[in-house]
Amino acid sequence: MSKTNLTRRGVLKSGAVAGAGVALPTIFTASSAAAYTNEPTGASVTLGFNVPQTGAYADEGADELRAYELAVEHLNGGGDGGMLNTFSSKELKGDGILGKKVEFVTGDTQTKSDAARASAKSMIEKDGAVMITGGSSSGVAIAVQGLCQEAGVIFMAGLTHSNDTTGKDKKANGFRHFFNGYMSAAALAPVLKGLYGDDRKAYHLTADYTWGWTQQESIAAATEAMGWETVNNVLTPLASTDFSSYIAPVLNSGADVLVLNHYGGNMVNSLTNAVQFGLREAQANGKNFEIVVPLFSRLMARGAGENIKGIVGSTNWHWSLQDEGSKAFVKSFGTKYGFPPSQAAHTTYCQTLLYADACQRAGTFNPCGVGEALEGFEFDGLGNGKTLYRADDHQCFKDVLVVKGKENPTSEFDLLEVVEVTPAAQVTYDPEHPMFAGGQLGSCNAG
Amino acid sequence: MDVFLTQILNGLDKGSAYALIALGLTLIFGTLGVVNFAHGALFMIGAFCSVFLQRLLNMSYETIDPTKTDFLGNPAVVKTPYVESWFGPETGAAIIDWSVPLAVLFAIPVMIAIGFIMERGLIKHFYKREHADQILVTFGLAIVLQEVIKALYGANPIQTPAPDSLSGVAVLAEGIVYPVWRIVYFFFSVVVIGAVFAFLQFTTFGMVVRAGMADRETVGLLGIDIDKRFTLMFGIAAGVAGLAGVMYGPINAPNYHMGMDFLVLSFVVVVVGGMGSLPGAVAAGFLLGILESFASMTVVTEIIPGINQIIIYLVAIIILLVRPRGLMGRKGVME
Repeated sequence: MSKTNLTRRGVLKSGAVAGAGVALPTIFTASSAAAYTNEPTGASVTLGFNVPQTGAYADEGADELRAYELAVEHLNGGGDGGMLNTFSSKELKGDGILGKKVEFVTGDTQTKSDAARASAKSMIEKDGAVMITGGSSSGVAIAVQGLCQEAGVIFMAGLTHSNDTTGKDKKANGFRHFFNGYMSAAALAPVLKGLYGDDRKAYHLTADYTWGWTQQESIAAATEAMGWETVNNVLTPLASTDFSSYIAPVLNSGADVLVLNHYGGNMVNSLTNAVQFGLREAQANGKNFEIVVPLFSRLMARGAGENIKGIVGSTNWHWSLQDEGSKAFVKSFGTKYGFPPSQAAHTTYCQTLLYADACQRAGTFNPCGVGEALEGFEFDGLGNGKTLYRADDHQCFKDVLVVKGKENPTSEFDLLEVVEVTPAAQVTYDPEHPMFAGGQLGSCNAG
Repeated sequence: MDVFLTQILNGLDKGSAYALIALGLTLIFGTLGVVNFAHGALFMIGAFCSVFLQRLLNMSYETIDPTKTDFLGNPAVVKTPYVESWFGPETGAAIIDWSVPLAVLFAIPVMIAIGFIMERGLIKHFYKREHADQILVTFGLAIVLQEVIKALYGANPIQTPAPDSLSGVAVLAEGIVYPVWRIVYFFFSVVVIGAVFAFLQFTTFGMVVRAGMADRETVGLLGIDIDKRFTLMFGIAAGVAGLAGVMYGPINAPNYHMGMDFLVLSFVVVVVGGMGSLPGAVAAGFLLGILESFASMTVVTEIIPGINQIIIYLVAIIILLVRPRGLMGRKGVME
């Protein structure tokens, strides 16, 4: 009769050691799977396109979505490759990202911060999106950027022009290709001086939200630095539709320039009202009265119709540019959709390519690795000349276009003419500039 | 002084739109007892009648011009409107130029028909329901209508300019200039309001409707089918909102959301004027328009920041506190 030496304590000990031994590889695997949020483990990778599909910016959103779909097509080797052929980095081969086929999900921001956050959250948690991109408003971009930082995914901002996006609200996981209010002002001021002189009195109408405030602050500072005087700045509610009450006092205010820090429907209506009140033909202080719209978009210019003629503003990109990158993009987009892309489409297309390229160079989808690859990245061939993704604030620095409403358009798309291409150096500012101070990038979050 | 007069003009102009929309709302409430939250959408559809006609008149045939290229470098397509080829370039261009005034003629039957369909197809089923149900169904209808328009015409505003001869500014006095079309809009609204009042005051039909508004039951007992007349009044109210929208297009480019922008304000106008009171709606429309204009003046906003955004609601609160029936409301009606 043999005696077994089993004790309760011994069984438990052995069980625990054996269990730990068996579980060890799983722990390592699990730990590796949770290395960062939504690590793609299959043959595909999912990107989340969060654009306004309803609401006031739905047309911009639709154009952004077209550009995203085109970018995905090009990344997966479809179409003519578009700007992959002109992009200075040659890491992308048309076989997806890191060999994984690119798929996408879409969300509707409704141009509302809460709705945008909800749709981004859903794409991250339910659809497994490893990157979120899009947006047509600074309020939305800042809200979603914050969410992506918390969730541990990269946010590639779409159309957002407020200084705050890469200023006081900047985040380590957020990157902006689009220009900002300061850059618009820095590009516009010398052109305005050349066109209208340095002895001008400006009256500002400003949309009462983050973008309007930073745009007004930027353009007022830039024009005052060259000798203009700011006579008044009137904040207008974002929901305003009829600006006649705000426009009527302008003529008798002593001002000879009206600066409309408005975008979207606000810009269309305020500019239309200003033209109705005869400001374009008016004289003040012995000079022709002038109107300036710091941020232009072709889609909005179309909304403003005839009123846009001769009005000066700035834009991030325009389809009429003749560099190889722009031509390739316009050809791809125009052939697929039958009309030229907007600046919103351009910036979102570029952001998708830049993200994909950064993953490729980093060899991972880990947000920290991707962020590192984007920080300080210099590139060319995407339509804006040589561009730097500055490490300090994740803002792209590139040439800015000063444009003017065309007097004799040849087609419904030919609404703006490029007056000057302002070099990147002229619009570059110190990362600690007061207009951008107050925030910290923090450290990247991989989830 | 110049600024003062200009703001009065601005107020009259804004008030014109408020008054026209509020007039229709009051007509519907006074006759059918329905709180119609889809009335703003009717204003918006009116504006899009003008967009539709403008697109219709601009329908073109295409020819290739080999001397020009499009944005892709292909030979350019030149579009020539059919009206220019049918009536000659000058007459055709003039017809297109006058598309907004022409849209007034187009919008009248269209809007009356839409109003009729709305009333017979949907709203009549809610007459005996609570006001909350009526508000929900008409608000839902408004959202559906604006989404339909957005699906058809996009989300961005579409310009419907005034005829060239009615664009530009009129010099009213030394230092006072005012856009010609806004003056036209004011007089247009005065004519429409006058026509509605005359129709109600001087026609037998109008007399019956007024009698029905005062005492529906008694009119019914006299053997008059008041429902049929009230349905027509719904169509007329829709027509008034539509005309207000058509003519408003050159002031602010039509977009799918413009109805909602006016809706809440117009309801406040109705409440301030007195629910069911037609003169009250018109008077309150102009009054609140003028107040809103003055509240937007820099001198005022510097003293009380934000007053421009709350003035109308502030007035509504005061009126409801001191005179619940509104400025010209009948005693006992929604008091």
